[in-house]
Amino acid sequence: MSQTVTSRRQRHWDLRAAGNFIGGGTGSGLVVVAAAAAVNGAPFRVALALGLGGVAAGLSLVWLEIGRPWRACNVFFHARTSWMTREGMVAIVLIPVGVIAVLTANVPAALFAALLAAGFLFCQARILRAARGIPAWRQEQIVTLILATGLAEGSGIFLIVGASATRWLVIALFAALLREAAWLSYRAGLAATPQAARSLAVFATAPARLARAAQLVGLAAIAVALGIVVAAHGVPSGMAVPLAWIGGALAAMSGWGMKALLITRAGFTRAVILPVMPTRGKGGGHARPV
Amino acid sequence: MTRYVMVADLRRCVGCQTCTAACKEGNGTPPGVQWRRVLDLETGTYPNVNRVFVPVGCQHCANPPCMEVCPSTATGQRADGIVTIDYELCIGCSYCAMACPYDARSMVDHAEYAFGEQPTAVEATRIGRERIGVATKCTFCAGRIDAGTARGLIPGQDPEATPLCVNSCISGALAFGDIEDKDGPIATLLAENQWFRMHESEGTEPGFYYVWDKGTL
Repeated sequence: MSQTVTSRRQRHWDLRAAGNFIGGGTGSGLVVVAAAAAVNGAPFRVALALGLGGVAAGLSLVWLEIGRPWRACNVFFHARTSWMTREGMVAIVLIPVGVIAVLTANVPAALFAALLAAGFLFCQARILRAARGIPAWRQEQIVTLILATGLAEGSGIFLIVGASATRWLVIALFAALLREAAWLSYRAGLAATPQAARSLAVFATAPARLARAAQLVGLAAIAVALGIVVAAHGVPSGMAVPLAWIGGALAAMSGWGMKALLITRAGFTRAVILPVMPTRGKGGGHARPV
Repeated sequence: MTRYVMVADLRRCVGCQTCTAACKEGNGTPPGVQWRRVLDLETGTYPNVNRVFVPVGCQHCANPPCMEVCPSTATGQRADGIVTIDYELCIGCSYCAMACPYDARSMVDHAEYAFGEQPTAVEATRIGRERIGVATKCTFCAGRIDAGTARGLIPGQDPEATPLCVNSCISGALAFGDIEDKDGPIATLLAENQWFRMHESEGTEPGFYYVWDKGTL
């Protein structure tokens, strides 16, 4: 049987795994913004509860994906080097701390939950960064991209479930711009990676272009909503609220789409690379670069 | 200190896939799973084309990225350099497969057999439930090595203590042994020929060497 394919799309992590990065990213971003709301005296419990739900839902999806789900507790065995272990460890502290903050409306607990949520998101980013077999995930810029995307998704959802006042629009706009910069940086890094051509091609497909368009439209909607609110001296009036909702929803959905593509479609294995060809035949031959 | 490595002489490999078959038969891997593979690569453009056969599989790295990411510590490393998987600890998260630059890991979610619903007699003796839903890969036939060395045999020189793929190779392209044995055949082979290791930039220090020309650089 002739085997000519040396790089192929990874088949192990499907939408369930992508769901962990989607739920975990949006959830942890939402927890961080909810904690900021708590500090500012704004209502935060619903947003915090939803954020925790996102994290828990993502982890549940992963549980459904692993081959031996009843051994799931073994995931905590390797904190010394495994970012997956660290992600799990942060999560089992984050969930109860967050639940306490929701139930008691305790601001310090909400802040602690935000700290843990940021750590959880960082672990998720490092999980991808440590995947040396997948050049598209191995990119240095993936860490910033996952962090910025999580914050953009969370702050976007907060515009819907929390409030559309000036400061939340500023946070959402800042996160959206940060994510835009992170995305451009990631794309540039990918383009400079010799083994990432097929991943780049995935980000040129129609679903990827749709996600990208949603990201830009969402950013514009948030910016316009902010402009309206500022013009009205901080009062969310007229089209500001629906625009903020649309912008927030698009910020979140575009991030989900991008992550789904990144995990399930753009994850190609590292191809075999031969620095030289073997010399053969009588009298040997000249080494020829591949 | 012993450090077992494999050497593939790319000048000799003819792509017959006998090593693939020997591994498959000996280790009872299910359909679609091959711990030892031989890639058939073509490079260049007509008329300047090359064809090369490249045996691949777990490279038993000195710094295995699969072990680094494994959350359950199921992936381990023996003192002789062989990278192992503890099937009783593995949770089947496949993170190791994502971390391996050599695409050397496999996982099946349910038992599959080569000929229908029931295992053949050979499969029945070699496929265990413990290998379902967990990561699997080439073991360098660690069981044969251990059994052989317990009898005083030398891996790479005595067939009964040598990986099946090496034993089966029709062209002598595959060699196996202790690279730390400075006067041994592996050290000599590498000293007298030019070689490379794959994806060395990842810092994995693979235990799999590809010989491509005679002489030293």
